[in-house]
Amino acid sequence: MNSRIFPLVGFVLLVVLLVVGLKIADQKTNLPSPLIDKPVPAFDLPVLASPGQRMSKESLLGKPYLVNFWGSWCVTCRAEHPVVTELARLNAVYIVGMNFRDESEDAVAWLKRWGNPYDVSLVDFDGRTSIDFGVYAAPETFLVDPSGTIVFKHLGQLTWEIVENEILPRVANMESGS
Amino acid sequence: MKFRELFVLVLTLTLSVSVLAQRSPVQEPMVFDNPQQEDRFKVLTQELRCLVCQNQNLADSDAQLAHDLRAEVHEMLTAGKTDDEIKQFMVERYGDFVLYRPPVQENTYLLWLAPLVLLLIGALILRANIKKRAVLLESTPDEETGN
Repeated sequence: MNSRIFPLVGFVLLVVLLVVGLKIADQKTNLPSPLIDKPVPAFDLPVLASPGQRMSKESLLGKPYLVNFWGSWCVTCRAEHPVVTELARLNAVYIVGMNFRDESEDAVAWLKRWGNPYDVSLVDFDGRTSIDFGVYAAPETFLVDPSGTIVFKHLGQLTWEIVENEILPRVANMESGS
Repeated sequence: MKFRELFVLVLTLTLSVSVLAQRSPVQEPMVFDNPQQEDRFKVLTQELRCLVCQNQNLADSDAQLAHDLRAEVHEMLTAGKTDDEIKQFMVERYGDFVLYRPPVQENTYLLWLAPLVLLLIGALILRANIKKRAVLLESTPDEETGN
């Protein structure tokens, strides 16, 4: 009797493993960033369409801000654009647009065509800053607290649920804390 | 006969097409200080994962990110960084997942020890089985002589 039950138990265990494995495989596309709770990588980048003007990590210290990596070549960035625009309308958090691996003329045209939700747009032409942020897809969004620490990261298209459930509560927390 | 030859020809052509389709990425020409450095570059880019196409390494991938990260690895190599420093650079940004060879640490104990545990379980089952059969062997000749 025992020897007959054993293969069955083994089979059930294998099925459980398969289901768990498939669940984990689903999450693989959204890897946890090792940068959470770490300081923002240093950057010092030119401001889009403002010759001679630059902005660095240091100049953004003291207030919470959102870093949104985007490019005019990125279809999903276009898809999340209304959400970023809606968030900008709330004026809840300073939004830095990181225009990466893009031609500045294309970026300016894109912002003109669809509207500019960013408080400032920085140019990461060669993608060096995006590598320092561990960006491997577009768009990617990072929330930074006033001390310059990354507290939240979202990979892929921003949705209003994420803004409401993840970003806005954290910003409100920072403001009540300081 | 003719049909057979035609069949072989078609099969050969079909197979060669799939081999040709697996082109390797256009690797940008790179200058190294010495051959050892180039070897280290090859090993490193084979051990680092391209995160855009997660089942390819940096050496095989043609994605833009892979191009950039290869350039980054090359620059760090020629700047005299060690292999560990370069891997550390990648892990700090992309996490352990960037390494094809996962490090032995708390959350990977299961991964590293599971084969040993499974082997042990197999050995125990095998031992139990052998013992059972030994008992059977001892008892069967008696039955036969009894007949």
